[in-house]
Amino acid sequence: MKDVSFGQYYPAESALHRLDPRIKLLAVILYIVGIFFIRKFAGFALIALFLLVAILVSRVPFFKVLKSVRAVLFLVLFTVIMSVLFYSTKTEEPLWQWRFIKIYEQGLINAARMGLRLIFLVLGPSLLTLTTTPVELTDGLESLLKPLAMIKLPVHELAIIMSIALRLIPTLMEETEKIMNAQKARCASFDTGNIFKRAKALLPILIPLFVSSFRRADELADAMDSRCYRGAKGRTRMKVLKLRFRDFVAAFIMLALFAAILFLRYNWFGWSFLTVLI
Amino acid sequence: MIEVKNVKYIYNEGADDEKQALGGVSFSVADGEFVALVGHNGSGKSTLAKLFNGLALPKEGEVLINGMSTADKKKLFDIRKTVGVVFQNPDNQMVASIIEDDVAFGPENIGLPSAEINERVQWALEAVGMEEHRKGTPFRLSGGQKQRLAIAGVLAIKPQIMVLDESTAMLDPVGRDEVMKVIMRLNREEKMTVVMITHFMEEAALADRIIVLNGGLVAGEGKKEIFRNRELIESAGLELPLAARIADALRSRGLSLDENVTLPEELVNALCR
Amino acid sequence: MPIKITDLNYVYSKGTPFQKIALSHVNLEIADGEFWGIIGHTGSGKSTLFSHLNALTRIQSGKIEIDEFTLIGNGGKKPKRKHRPDYKALRARVGMVFQYPEYQLFAETVADDVAFGAKNIGIKGEELNSRVKSAIEMVGLCYDDVHARSPFDLSGGQKRRVALAGVLAMHPKILVLDEPTAGLDPRGKREILDLITKIKETLCPTVIMISHNMNEVAEYCDKIAVMAGGELKLVSTPAELFSQTELLQSLHIEMPGVTALSCELNARGLNVSRSVLTEEQLVEEILRAKGAGI
Repeated sequence: MKDVSFGQYYPAESALHRLDPRIKLLAVILYIVGIFFIRKFAGFALIALFLLVAILVSRVPFFKVLKSVRAVLFLVLFTVIMSVLFYSTKTEEPLWQWRFIKIYEQGLINAARMGLRLIFLVLGPSLLTLTTTPVELTDGLESLLKPLAMIKLPVHELAIIMSIALRLIPTLMEETEKIMNAQKARCASFDTGNIFKRAKALLPILIPLFVSSFRRADELADAMDSRCYRGAKGRTRMKVLKLRFRDFVAAFIMLALFAAILFLRYNWFGWSFLTVLI
Repeated sequence: MIEVKNVKYIYNEGADDEKQALGGVSFSVADGEFVALVGHNGSGKSTLAKLFNGLALPKEGEVLINGMSTADKKKLFDIRKTVGVVFQNPDNQMVASIIEDDVAFGPENIGLPSAEINERVQWALEAVGMEEHRKGTPFRLSGGQKQRLAIAGVLAIKPQIMVLDESTAMLDPVGRDEVMKVIMRLNREEKMTVVMITHFMEEAALADRIIVLNGGLVAGEGKKEIFRNRELIESAGLELPLAARIADALRSRGLSLDENVTLPEELVNALCR
Repeated sequence: MPIKITDLNYVYSKGTPFQKIALSHVNLEIADGEFWGIIGHTGSGKSTLFSHLNALTRIQSGKIEIDEFTLIGNGGKKPKRKHRPDYKALRARVGMVFQYPEYQLFAETVADDVAFGAKNIGIKGEELNSRVKSAIEMVGLCYDDVHARSPFDLSGGQKRRVALAGVLAMHPKILVLDEPTAGLDPRGKREILDLITKIKETLCPTVIMISHNMNEVAEYCDKIAVMAGGELKLVSTPAELFSQTELLQSLHIEMPGVTALSCELNARGLNVSRSVLTEEQLVEEILRAKGAGI
């Protein structure tokens, strides 16, 4: 558990790291929307190419990015298998049949599409969190959501809560492990008996965890007050977000990618011949 | 300048477990001074840390920082800019997951321009010898490093007074040494006023003045001569520093020794003339 | 020979880029009735070694024998069935007190909390009550005063004692403590250490203590194991270890205060022994040297 680094930021000097977090956030939103517009495999090839270039530019090792897929691998496999097994159509002959299980070509294509979509859905945001610190992310969100402060939405407070939560997750995980070990040393077992017994067996972990979380929260509040915190009032930032030329370039590339995906999908102007090129 | 005037403080007032933490405490700390507040756990010393910057308010009496009362809500922000507090548990003082962002938190709160915050972050990290970790995360740091980071976070506000509330209690000897070196340097070179709350008498022996708390009252106050009063120290649940204990035992066995022996060097000098 | 560790190895996050060797070829034997100190810096592997002793960390390779229990590594996989002893019985035999154990308290009353471990190993009824009562008394608290109170209402020092009592109620024969005095004031430190000495005499003949405080180790332990970089660097007695100035420096171990003083005096020409471990010894040495000088 010691290696869990939530937010999983990978420090490096790269063009992707230096981009404005707001642009990166918007880019990821556009990327996700884009994925849902993809139907043809040419589209997936395009987005894979785009990701490949982005990862190369980011200088984040490939395995780091791919690790995020591992977390959803089960979900992907489950979805793929389910959609292969339960696809049914009357217009097509099954490729293979065994008792009530029928496998269609279209089912396989659909399943592959869904699997790819899921994998790409995870890869994009994971590249975002690898190249953007949690603080930059919350700053970016705070800045993007600022207009909502006018309708009395506590944007600054939400941002600071988020950043503290991110900061506390590793500490709390470590704490949970410690308490679990201490109770195991007192011969507690957490994996025997029925569901009620198991739930009750968790109390010796949950109670000390709550107690210590409250104590932490108290102490953290004191420390923040001591460091002159008084909410958004009069607060400035060290890292002022400022759009630079590279951010406009990145925005342009993203829009171009999105447009290309739409072209592939809807074949506007009859440009489908372009797919041959990809 | 800190002035504590006849301060009383009560926990859980009115409840069954009402407990008087401070029962009329008075003392003052001059600019540039290094004062150690010592006492056993539960002697009321940690309550004082919270009174210095208005995190808690006295039930009776008042605490003045450069003449500003901590009870004056309008002055509270100025008081907190003047008095920085470093607490015991380094894990519970960090707000951000990147070191430079954490140090920047204080200067951001007092509304400095971005370039100046940047300079202060660099200066504060250099002052505690952590500049090479600027872009890193705090999670993999040692206890001593984390606590130096906490000090940097307070330093970046450039307070006149630094209060350390048992800030070395959770550290190993190496970490404690690192932190003490930083504190001593800030006091000697940057002329920062330091109030150190501790129960390590070896650390207290380094201070200009020592205030002994016992049962919520000031039991004694003075320079190193306070270590001559063995009874006072022991009744306060504390121990004399090692060299003073040895000197004491030697004296009681008939060896004549200078009364001011409290640090190891002094004992060695006294015995090997 | 209650504890015998043979060629113990442990690697964190094996096969990932974060791979880190925590223990490497550790061999150690601890005899009945000894008081051991394990010293080493943060990250030296002492905590990993520590949590192997009651199988909280799954043994990867090597062998640990504790009385009739044998743990044998299976390359990081779950040990073979025949090498899986009754973990509960093992954990009751090797009582483990973690750093800041007061943070593990959870029950509504002190008595319930102290009873938790003993209950888990199947102790019931009158036997349970008497164990709880004697454990609470053994850690220096008054049963009648505290047993019905909430553990969260106690002072820090009392909480730590309750946590210790919770381990003692399982009647361990080996007591393993991780920095039992961390965060306590001088009086509290001394009280806890004296308490541990008393427990060693009455209930748990073998004590293993991890400590950063060389003064404590020098004064209380019979044997010292020094860990560094995942290796067991040496095993020694306090008198032997702390008299070797150069060795200590190369291992980055600081001397106990009294030993450092005696060395300093010796270097300045006062004829005192360099391997002094307690204050009483130092006082006697100085008086002897001074007497000889007159």
